Amino acid sequence: MIRIEKMHKSYPIGKDSLHVLKGIDLHIKEGEFVSIMGSSGSGKSTLLNIVGLLDIHDEGNYYLNGELIKDMNEKKAAILRNKFLGFVFQSFNLISYKTALENVALPLYYKGINRKERLEIAMDYLDKVGLKQWANHLPNELSGGQKQRVAIARALVTKPKVVLADEPTGALDSTTTDSVMDLLKDINDEGMTVFVITHEEEVAEQTKRIVRLKDGVIISDELTNIGKAV
Amino acid sequence: MFDIDRWREIFQSINKNRLRSVMSGFTVSFAILLFTLLFGIVNGLSNSFTSAFVDDAQNSMQVRVRKTTKPFKGLQTGREIQLRNDDYNFVKDTYKDKIQYQSARIYKNFTLKYKNEANNYDVRAVNPDHQFLEKTIIDEGRYLNERDLNEKSKVIVIGRLVKEDLFGEKPALGKRLNVNGSSYLIIGIFSDEGGDNEERIAYIPVTTAQNIYGNNDYISQINLGYNPNLSLDAAIAFGNKIERDLRKKLNIHPDDQSALSVRNMAEANKGVGMFMGALYAIVILVGSGTLVAGIIGISNIMIFVIKERTKEFGIRKALGATPASIIGMVVQESVLITTIAGYLGLSLGTYILSLIGNNLEEKYFIKDPSVSPAIVIAATVVLILSGLVAGYVPAKRAANIKPIEALRAD
Repeated sequence: MIRIEKMHKSYPIGKDSLHVLKGIDLHIKEGEFVSIMGSSGSGKSTLLNIVGLLDIHDEGNYYLNGELIKDMNEKKAAILRNKFLGFVFQSFNLISYKTALENVALPLYYKGINRKERLEIAMDYLDKVGLKQWANHLPNELSGGQKQRVAIARALVTKPKVVLADEPTGALDSTTTDSVMDLLKDINDEGMTVFVITHEEEVAEQTKRIVRLKDGVIISDELTNIGKAV
Repeated sequence: MFDIDRWREIFQSINKNRLRSVMSGFTVSFAILLFTLLFGIVNGLSNSFTSAFVDDAQNSMQVRVRKTTKPFKGLQTGREIQLRNDDYNFVKDTYKDKIQYQSARIYKNFTLKYKNEANNYDVRAVNPDHQFLEKTIIDEGRYLNERDLNEKSKVIVIGRLVKEDLFGEKPALGKRLNVNGSSYLIIGIFSDEGGDNEERIAYIPVTTAQNIYGNNDYISQINLGYNPNLSLDAAIAFGNKIERDLRKKLNIHPDDQSALSVRNMAEANKGVGMFMGALYAIVILVGSGTLVAGIIGISNIMIFVIKERTKEFGIRKALGATPASIIGMVVQESVLITTIAGYLGLSLGTYILSLIGNNLEEKYFIKDPSVSPAIVIAATVVLILSGLVAGYVPAKRAANIKPIEALRAD
């Protein structure tokens, strides 16, 4: 599903450049539940942005669903994102003036699905995350956990191949963290590839495979107990 | 453009950010309001000028003579100049292709009498073309024709007020009128937009007048309508040429303005035209300046809006929005705000102009200030273009926002 070969990425800082990813090799198969761990500055967010087609790598190859990602223009990237990827962010990133339902339906708008149909689909997904009765509330009327569940529903609504979650529990307390992780587990159980970035050990342990990053290189890549059990 | 979902997105965005939208629209409303008022008022001025000349045809010229004020070729100052048929025919033959209408005019003052009613009136002896030069409107019967002139008929066309004075409500057409002792047939009754004085006169054939009153070939003045295909400058040059040629023919000093002069509407028209042209130029300058300021205002506010919505655009992009769809959305929002705001300004301006109406005519020479449909259509096009321009730069910026940077922004 995701294959990365000898990937390098640096950011220019003034005249110098900061070498963030220093030759990453990573292969994630369909249906995996992977967490990327690392302290801040280890390059994990950069990796996720590149995987999520939000940023472009400098060197190496990146295959998404078998397709070599090369010479991406914004339009092509947008279409691929819409088709293959669902995002869950630490700060939820819901649009504040849209209701929960409209937020969930937004990716379907960019997919070109008509309003009636997309609101129906969105409602199904809100139901799936247990927020059907909150459908017409604005984000600021929801709790943190509820917002993240809306964001997850939004990530799932286009039936993506991969769900990318950037510190999905970073802004949540431990109980809501568990409920969000349970939700991600359920999604993975349905066969979707889930790719989580976190610096919390407890969160990582609930996934099936942990990849540890340090200073732009992978220092370990092993299955968790749950992963071994499968 | 006609994507209902796109419009829904835009209305939602405008509706959720009313203050911002109103603010950005305000500058454009104001610009258009100002432009409409200025343009309407200048139109009002123009209307006043045009109606001041409504009495006569726009292309009319009059050759007038008085006493000489300069000696010439041994002839003394103070000599009375007299135009004759010969001069009339000279003009007619020499400038055939430059003349649309031509008429002689002899001024008389006669007592007109019908039964017991009698009064003194100015009577003009003229040619048939005079009707067009003076913009005489025939209400009943007909005007003088060539046959009347050839036969030196004793026929008369009387003004509306002459008829009212002498006949009251009774019909006058076909009746016989006593003109200075001779009996004339009333063949027509006319009105004239030039005012009451122009309707308290009567017209008779020039040949009849020459025959009966003096038996000579004198005429008081020559009225001409220059060929309307001539440009104003050519018409002015034509007037000057007639002046020169006739002075030469009548042995008048070439610079003796008093002895023989041509009063040329083309000169007045050119003056008014230049004056109005300058006014319109000022209006367009001020108006477009204000509009440009308005566009920059909208553009500024849109740039600020884009900054405020950076995160939203980042989210939209992460969810699959293409740059084109972001540009489209921002530009469309800008066009919508500009057009609505502009129309509010335009409607308000038109309303104020209609309130002014003719109230300022007496004091300020502003008559029926208004803007024409053509201007309204042009304004619409300008507004939509303005919206495009105002929206495009910020939209381009919005589209260039990198999703990661946008998502980091708080």
